Amino acid sequence: MTAIEVRGLRKAYKGHEVVRGIDLEVARGEVFALLGPNGAGKTTTTEILEGHRRRDGGEVSVLGADPGTAGSEWRARLGIVLQDADDAADLTVIEMVRHLAGFYPDPRPPAEVIELVGLTPKAKSRIRTLSGGQRRRLDVALGIVGRPELLFLDEPTTGFDPEARRLFWDLIRELAAEGTTILLTTHYLEEAEALADRLAVLAAGQIVAQGTPAALGGRASAGAKVSWREDGVLRTEQVPDPTPLIRKLVAADTDLSTLTVTRPTLEDTYLSLIGAHR
Amino acid sequence: MSTLTLGVSRGHVELLQFFRDRTAMVFTFAFPGMLLLLFGTIFQDSYDEPGVSASHVFSASMIAYGILTTAFVTMGAGLAMDREDGTLKRLHGTPVSATSYVLGKLFLVLALSVAEAVVLIAIGAFVFGMSLPDASHWLTFLWVFLLSVIACSLLGMAVSAIVKHARTAGAILNVPVVALQFISGVFIYPVTQLPSWLINVAAIFPVKWMAQGFRHVFLPDGMRVNEAAGQWELGRVALVLGAWCVIGLVLCLMTFRWSRPDR
Repeated sequence: MTAIEVRGLRKAYKGHEVVRGIDLEVARGEVFALLGPNGAGKTTTTEILEGHRRRDGGEVSVLGADPGTAGSEWRARLGIVLQDADDAADLTVIEMVRHLAGFYPDPRPPAEVIELVGLTPKAKSRIRTLSGGQRRRLDVALGIVGRPELLFLDEPTTGFDPEARRLFWDLIRELAAEGTTILLTTHYLEEAEALADRLAVLAAGQIVAQGTPAALGGRASAGAKVSWREDGVLRTEQVPDPTPLIRKLVAADTDLSTLTVTRPTLEDTYLSLIGAHR
Repeated sequence: MSTLTLGVSRGHVELLQFFRDRTAMVFTFAFPGMLLLLFGTIFQDSYDEPGVSASHVFSASMIAYGILTTAFVTMGAGLAMDREDGTLKRLHGTPVSATSYVLGKLFLVLALSVAEAVVLIAIGAFVFGMSLPDASHWLTFLWVFLLSVIACSLLGMAVSAIVKHARTAGAILNVPVVALQFISGVFIYPVTQLPSWLINVAAIFPVKWMAQGFRHVFLPDGMRVNEAAGQWELGRVALVLGAWCVIGLVLCLMTFRWSRPDR
């Protein structure tokens, strides 16, 4: 079963094409991350899938419906975590969560959602008094209060401190374990690596690589960099498989106390992917 | 969840937010009341009709000003604000319909307009000694009031479509509010002092008819000679205000957008 299916998606703003033929498929229950630099088309793509923006071309199916025409029953199955909302500043946290819960046929209990995002001590505070990170956690609470089948998270942890980010990751893993499909856009590679089953890298409106975090962009078969010091001189060799080289070094009785073997990190792979498409 | 239930739920949070925002509350309510107190005290014109003072005329006419503030400005600025702070985007991502959202705003506007009218009528009655009308005139008040609130709300929504930033909304919306009051017999009365072409321009817009309707309700019948036509023209009041409700609705349906236009 697919949750999201996209074929040849296109979108231009004033003649400038920002999404240039994207194909995507996200399975039910999957956590899928969209990575890419600013301006790559992540937010535009997400907004088209959410039904917030019209597309210029291509086919899109989200939970079996076309977001451009789907109605309120379809929306009741989605959760959208906004990126930069500043609304309801004069309501309290509990008032706003309760208000949104009232829109859905089978909502989570408001107090439970607030506990889930760690805002219980702030439940009765006006939203305008929340810190940036607390405000984003409220956005998450509002996104999940309707028990969505599919959750959109557009750069959800921007402005979080490291501890809040870890707690947020735990929450996402919990939701995923309950079977929620999650589409995540993020700048943070370690976030994508920690959460996503699969990911796609967007650059200049196109998908330049797609796969599991471990195998993205040929990462699994990219080989390794072997370094060691020999007679005080740093030696480095790039090899597809380090085993024969190391065996040779051992056989030659080389001093290996400084030996390092490094494979490309997700960040290296990502940077080389988007670098090639600038 | 029905459209009406969700509309009531929206109206509830709209009211909560409005009353918690002290600045908006003070300026929305206090401004027309303050102007009425000033105008009613400063201007001492008298008319052929015994017992009627300028303060009574202002008390009646300025209910139109009150509604312009609570309906037209509140609606227009509120919508621009909701578009800017993410309220509309948030709601569009939920099962709430545009109709429920607008219903919520209308409940807010209706409550504010009733409160504003009460304030202005109370000032007229207790400060300036304006006598309150009989039952049949209250009935007229009811329909003039409702048509005025609906027309002004819908037009406020429609105008908000051309407002780019919420912080400029108040300034933009107050241009027609102030200009129309000068030519519609609210600030300057009798309106027959104005050049006739200006009176004709005013007759196209709702404000003249709102003020005229409220003067009919609160002033003695003899005061009708001071109106542009020498008559209260209630039929025409209903017709013009009704027409503006329809025009406002059509404009809203044409211009309402959940999100800001594409970058």
